[in-house]
Formats: sequence, structure tokens, C-alpha cells
Amino acid sequence: MNVIEATNLTRTYVTGEVSVTALKGVDIILPEGDFVAIMGPSGSGKSTTMNLLGCLDRPTAGSYKLDGVEVSQMSADQLAEIRNLKIGFVFQGFNLLARTTALENVELPLLYREQEIPAKERKERSEASLSAVGLGHRYDHVPTQLSGGEQQRVAIARALVTQPSLVLADEPTGNLDSKTSVEVMRIFQELNEQKNITILLVTHEPDIAQYAKRVITFKDGKIKSDEPQKKRLIAREVLKTLEDEDE
Amino acid sequence: MNLWMVFRISLRALMRNKLRTFLTALGIIIGVSTVITMLAIGTGAQRSVEATIASLGTNTIMIFPGSGQTSGARTGAFGASTLTVDDAKEIPRQCSAVSNVSPITQVNAQIVFQDQNWSTQITGSDIAYPDIRNWNIVDGRFFTDDDVRAAAKVCVLGKVVVDNLFGGESPIGATVRVKGIPMRVVGQLAEKGDSAFGQSQDDIVVVPYTTCMKRLQRQSNVRYIMAEAASKDQVERAKKQIDDVLASRHKIQPGEDPDYSIRTQAEFAETANQSTQIFTLLLGGIASVSLLVGGIGIMNIMLVSVTERIREIGIRMALGAKRRDILRQFLVESIVLSLTGGAIGVALGYGFAHIAARFSQWPPVVSIQSVLLAFTFSLVVGVFFGFYPAFKASRLDPIQALRNE
Repeated sequence: MNVIEATNLTRTYVTGEVSVTALKGVDIILPEGDFVAIMGPSGSGKSTTMNLLGCLDRPTAGSYKLDGVEVSQMSADQLAEIRNLKIGFVFQGFNLLARTTALENVELPLLYREQEIPAKERKERSEASLSAVGLGHRYDHVPTQLSGGEQQRVAIARALVTQPSLVLADEPTGNLDSKTSVEVMRIFQELNEQKNITILLVTHEPDIAQYAKRVITFKDGKIKSDEPQKKRLIAREVLKTLEDEDE
Repeated sequence: MNLWMVFRISLRALMRNKLRTFLTALGIIIGVSTVITMLAIGTGAQRSVEATIASLGTNTIMIFPGSGQTSGARTGAFGASTLTVDDAKEIPRQCSAVSNVSPITQVNAQIVFQDQNWSTQITGSDIAYPDIRNWNIVDGRFFTDDDVRAAAKVCVLGKVVVDNLFGGESPIGATVRVKGIPMRVVGQLAEKGDSAFGQSQDDIVVVPYTTCMKRLQRQSNVRYIMAEAASKDQVERAKKQIDDVLASRHKIQPGEDPDYSIRTQAEFAETANQSTQIFTLLLGGIASVSLLVGGIGIMNIMLVSVTERIREIGIRMALGAKRRDILRQFLVESIVLSLTGGAIGVALGYGFAHIAARFSQWPPVVSIQSVLLAFTFSLVVGVFFGFYPAFKASRLDPIQALRNE
């Protein structure tokens, strides 16, 4: 089954009398369990694609089916519900709530569930999600008490706690050093392989894109290439090499 | 998200910036406490006026000579002495709802006892006077029917007169001179305090009306007639009956303006109430302005707060918060602010009202209504001034909000 089926996705921004078409009829299909990296220079349309696929924005034209449901015509509140149920976000700047513990940050999307989840279940799911990213011992830490890598792992735990159909990661390693970046990619690869979670990764770093199964490259609002990754990197192995080098 | 969670989130956001929260709430605290204090002072004044009016006698009806109307070129009340002793005598005979009647005459005179003298108002009345005015005799007796019939040279003194002429000693049996006429003091009236218009009611000498007419003013004019209804419910009926009697005695045609006017206690109280109510409204109005200013303070801070937290709003929206979730979060925040301020303001206002009462002999009256009013008002302020910032927050575009640094 396809998680994403987008056809002829178009987005035109109108400011005053100037209109700019950032996305010019793009087709993307993402089967369940896929791990795709989207690449391209700035202004190529990859952020616009990300916003549309993340249900943060609506296309000017074209159709977008998420989990088989047409979402391109939905209202702002309907989209909010779709985001809550189906999409997990991981951002470049982590976007955790300040002065709020890791556990509460992870719990947040569950609080906005239309069908209320009991407090006990919320807590259990949030703890399980934090353990899954290796932060089982840091529930009570607020973002300022955590390193960049740890903050990003909290963000990943928050994205996973709703058991989404799709995880959207927008430059998730942009604010991290190279070793921490590989660690984050290891988590993504594990989630993808062990739990069959569909991941869409936006990045401009070619070595990060190498961890994905498939790479889509954008240029001038169109897809330039869409190919499977030929020499895929496995983060676990890369980490091992890095550790060996340290010794 | 249920309201309890929204409340917790709001509370935490408010606790993050304690000084700012306090200063914002201070606007409401000052507003609400002023409203409470001002209303308490106003209501206290009203109660004290009501009490003095009630001291006039609860079922009292006053009949004044002259026109009761104010339009056209007419003589005003007291202008023409159209009332007579016979009018007063006829009223109890024909009016079943009237229990007591007394014609009243008044003359200003100097009263002398040995080397002491005192200028005061001499009131001439019938024997029902103490009953009508609910006024007790503390020493001696009131004059009798025989005294009235004989125009006896007897008088009853009020406390102020006794204090000034006798220095607190019992005046009973003493002889005082009024306009040169020797009069025997037969009784002393109980202390009654100030009237609704601030004069001492105890500065009084009461003599039989016959004595007053024949010996002191040498004319038979009745200043006004005082009557008492049999009970509180009978006041209106009594007024109607008196009106009928006087209209027929004075040959007033239907539709013609009568040459007398009848005022009940309730009408007096109403007039006095109107003025104190205006006073209360004025005080409350001034206080409300400060509450309004407090509300604007809330709006200002909420707008700043929304601007500061655009990114947080973006995150919440990305994670699935609907517009109404964001709206509720900020609205609850401003309501918590204004209600907390309101609660503290009520407590402070209660204290201020008691302090104010110490300086103004008025009783502090913090009514439940004024507390509810202040609370409701601060809730309304919270909703009204919190709505725009909250609405603004809820309409943010999640993409723009997330991009905000």
C-alpha cells in the first residue's frame, strides 16, 4: 500500500501582483516502509513539497492522497487532525517546548488527540517512545539540560509516539555534528527496518542522503531525478568505524 | 484536549514570568478592589440614609398645604395655608386605614431657663405625635388630651434642648419661658439622632398644637398634617382615603390640581435613595474605569505573549493543535489572570471598605451582589480583552509560525 500518492502537485504563491510557482506539477509515490531522501538546492521546491506532504499547507492544484485519503481540499482544522494522527515531524531546530520536560514534550501530540487518551496510557506510551530512542533515563530533563543529539532524539520520540504512518524529517541533522548526525540516522534506519516506518527525509547533505533507500532530487520546482540509492550507508557500521578510529 | 489540561498549560505559562504576571494582574486587582470599596461606601451611605428616614416613622404620611405640582406659576408647598385643624380631625373619622393623625404647627422661638437660653423650633402637635414618629418618652410623660383641649402651657423637650438648658439634669417639673410665656416641662423625648438631611432631630420642643396656635403664633394655620397608616400594607390605601376626604372638603373638582399634597414615607425614601444611588453609580463608574484600564493591560501583555510564543504556537499546530485549542489556551490564560486578579481585588476591596467605614461612620456594606458583579466584570474583562490576542494566535499559519525565530 502507498502511504503517499501525490499527482501533479502544484503550489503558487501570490504576493500582491507577483505570483511565484514554487512547485510545478510533481508526482511522488511512497510505498509503506520506504525511506526517501529529498535533495536539491534552496529554492528548488523541496521545502514546499515538505510542507504540502506534511499537511501544513494545501496545494494550489493537484491531488494528494495520504494513506488513501484525499487531503488536498481539507480545512485547516481537518489538516491539524490529519497531522496529529498520521504524521510525525522532526525539524532541524528540534522545536521542543522550552522549560518543558522530555516526557511532557513527547506527550504533547497525544494531548491534542480528538479522542482523549487516559493520562496513564499517555505516560506509558511517551516513556516507551523515549526508551525506543535510547533516552529511557532522561524523562525529567528539560531541553536546556540535554545535548543537541539528545534533543533531536526527544523530537524523534515525540514524532513516533502517535504511531504515525509517515515520519517527515526536515534537515534533522542540520544542527548536529557529524558523529551525532550518524547516530540520528542510525535511529531512523532502525525505525525503518525494525518497525517498517515510512520516512521522508529532506536534506542538502549528500552523505546524509546516502543513508536513505531512495533519493529524489529537485530542481526549479520539478523532480530532476528519482533513483534508488546505489551505495547505501548503514549507520551502525559507520558508527563502528568512527569508534575504531577514535581508538 | 480537556479544559483541565488547558488550565495547567496556562498556569505554567503564567508562572514562567511571575513579575509580569503580577503586574498585569495588579491592574485588575486595583480595578476590582476600587469597585468593591466604592460600592461598599455608596451602599453604606444608602443604608445610613434609609435608617434615618425609617426613624421618621415607618408608616408615616405627610400632608402639605399648597400645590403638589411644580409646573406653572403656582405657590409651592407651604406657600398657602390651605390645611386646617378640622381637616386633621376629619381624617381619622373617615379613613379606616389611618390609625393616627396630628396637625403640626411650627414656630421658631427662644426658650429660656433661668440664666440659660436656647433658640430652637417649637413644634405644636396632637397627642398622637410620639406614636406616629415611633418616639419614646424617656422621662416624665407626653401631654394629654386635656392639655390639648385647654391649650395648656406644657412642653416636652428633646435631648439637645435638655442638654443645653439643664446640663443633663432632669428637666421634669421645671418651668421654662417660651416667647415670654412660662411653660411647665412634663416630659423628655428619647434621643433620635440626625435626620436624613443632617439636622439633629433632638433639637426640638413639642407643645400642644392648640397652645402653639393660641399663645405662640397667634394664628390658626396648620403647617402640615402628619398621619400614620394602620400598617405598612395600608399606606397606599390610607393615602387614597386621605386624598378623597380632603378633595371633598376642599371641593376639588376631578382633574383639578388639589391645593394640598400627600407624601408617604416610601416616597421620601425613594427620593433619598435616588440621590444616594446616583452617588453609588458615580463612584462605581469611576472605579470601573480603572478596571477597564486593567483590562487593556491584560490585552497588551497577551499580545506581547502571543508574539513571543509564535514558535511555540507553530510547534503545537504542527503536532495537531486545532485553532480552537490555541484560542482556548490563550483565552484561559487571560481569564486565569483576570479572575486571580479579581479574587485578590475582592479580598483587598473588603479590607479597604472596612478601613473607609472607620473614617465615615457609615457601615461597610460589601454585598454579595457587588462581589459577584466585580467577579463577573473581571471575567468579562478577561474574555473581552483576551479574545483578540487569542484569536490572533489561533489564526497563525503553522509554516510561518515555525519559521519564526
